[in-house]
Amino acid sequence: MNFSTDVQASIMAILPEILMTVLAIAVLALDLVWSRARRRDLGYVAGFGLLAVALIVLLVGGPPGDETSDQLLLGGMIRHDTMAQIFRVMVIVAGGLSCLLTMGVSRLNVRGDFYAVLIVSVIGGSLLSAAADLIMVFLALETLSITLYLLAGYLREDVRSSEAGLKYFLFGAFTSAIALYGLSLLYGFTGETNIYRVGRALATGGLGDAPVVLALGLITVGFGFKVSAVPFHFWTPDVYEGAPTPVTSLLSTASKAASFGVLLRFLLAAFPPPELLGSLENVQDYSQLWVQLAVVLSVVTMTLGNVLALVQTNIKRLLAYSSIAQAGYTLIGVAAIATDRSGDGAAAIAFYMFMYVLTNSLAFGVVILFANATGSERIADLAGLSRRNPGLALAMTLALLSLGGIPPAAGFVGKFLLFRAAIDAGLVALALVGVVNVIIGLYYYLVIVKVMYMERSPDEDQPIPVSTPYTWALGIAAAGVLLLGTILVTPLVEWATEAAQSLYVLL
Amino acid sequence: MGTPEVAIELYVLLSAILFVLGAMGVLLRRNAILIFMSIELMLNAANLALAAFARQWGNGDGQLVVFFVMTVAAAEVAVGLALIVTIFRTRQSIDIDTLHMFKD
Repeated sequence: MNFSTDVQASIMAILPEILMTVLAIAVLALDLVWSRARRRDLGYVAGFGLLAVALIVLLVGGPPGDETSDQLLLGGMIRHDTMAQIFRVMVIVAGGLSCLLTMGVSRLNVRGDFYAVLIVSVIGGSLLSAAADLIMVFLALETLSITLYLLAGYLREDVRSSEAGLKYFLFGAFTSAIALYGLSLLYGFTGETNIYRVGRALATGGLGDAPVVLALGLITVGFGFKVSAVPFHFWTPDVYEGAPTPVTSLLSTASKAASFGVLLRFLLAAFPPPELLGSLENVQDYSQLWVQLAVVLSVVTMTLGNVLALVQTNIKRLLAYSSIAQAGYTLIGVAAIATDRSGDGAAAIAFYMFMYVLTNSLAFGVVILFANATGSERIADLAGLSRRNPGLALAMTLALLSLGGIPPAAGFVGKFLLFRAAIDAGLVALALVGVVNVIIGLYYYLVIVKVMYMERSPDEDQPIPVSTPYTWALGIAAAGVLLLGTILVTPLVEWATEAAQSLYVLL
Repeated sequence: MGTPEVAIELYVLLSAILFVLGAMGVLLRRNAILIFMSIELMLNAANLALAAFARQWGNGDGQLVVFFVMTVAAAEVAVGLALIVTIFRTRQSIDIDTLHMFKD
């Protein structure tokens, strides 16, 4: 397969990153020029800037023309296909919403440097969605991670924030060093760094299972950490609780979505199912290795996440364990992609992550507003929220219903697609475990709804105000969750299916 | 050339030993700086493997990766040391066992 050297196509392939780099520099420049009072508006520049980039990607960010090797650009570093487009849109939207949410955090909202680092983090996530080379995978993963270590520890005067930063950093650097060793082994086995070439060389190399299992296992540690799959989840509750809440929102949305995006591409390209390598002879099948791995990780991750979420009293910790469980559901789709030719599994993951990004941004937005107004992150203190601010309680309910998988919120469709893909791929038992887990999950999601609506609180007469940026952020996220669960289901599923099919080309 | 050839297996073996030493350091040490140094050791173990593989395959791709890994490691040092200094200022200690603000 050849790499395209078309200059215009190459620029279009990294257009989102170029635009975001300009945006980051513009935010830093405005930070210097503007007075302190005006700097409160920096969040609008960063937030709506990112949302505008997302819109541009949505409109013109698709692949050039046909699904051929022309999509491998910049020396094979970038694969410019529909899958990259859909994941880029969700990562950038998550970043934009996170910027708007930052405007409510008093010590961060006047700091242009914070927004600039946040945008760079989104650039890393966006590149990761399109990475098609071991070098690019590592580099984009680190661009995303290193900036997130910084963001998690940004509130230097707050011990919890710096501890969260350090903890995330030590875990992250450790797991990425392990993953790098796995990547270096892959290069050693094949002599190639482009993941599509790695896949072909590996399939015809006649290595046997043991070395491939070793490399795959090491790489799984790195990705498992990023998506917080059990047993690489230990950092998640602590970092989610300690980090500034907009960063927690970014961690649980953009970082996780981008990691799933690259995981899909990487597994299918580097360890392809042999039927997809049509023209080659004597190929070895390594795809069952990662399918089995994904099944095991999925079962452990969703079960442990849900069970531990049941006993939480802090809303951020509860959402942390909930996000672990959600990663487990998404891994069901990963287990389904190898055997499922129609691309339903990958499409389900893209849909699921899209709705999950909006849902979690919505939930964390409500949590920040509540914590700012009351200084509390305890679930019990949410009592009477429906009387203090009915709109806020409704938004939170919508987010929780979506996470729990109840219509009309988008989470229902997402879970349905994932379980259907698993059943189509012959993983009926896995789908059943998933359904049982959804029922466990419903319990703790609905308890919060009960606390907000049924329980009384002495503070009921104190309303919780919603500032303008929050109205925007929560409005966009809530509209997304609701529309993706109703009238926009078909367009998004079609887009996701097209994206999924593009994953299987080129192998 | 007069230098004797060293078999690729020996390079890979050395890199594997360095990697395991680094991983053990991360798991056994309690001082944040020492943990961090162990992580650097793991990154360099990967670098050694990459350079050795690049020589074996006769292409430059592996060495190219090494350059990027070194750059990333430098960025990690900048961020990691800053975080460690911040923790040290508030706690006068960088023992990771003292990081127990969070409870399950």
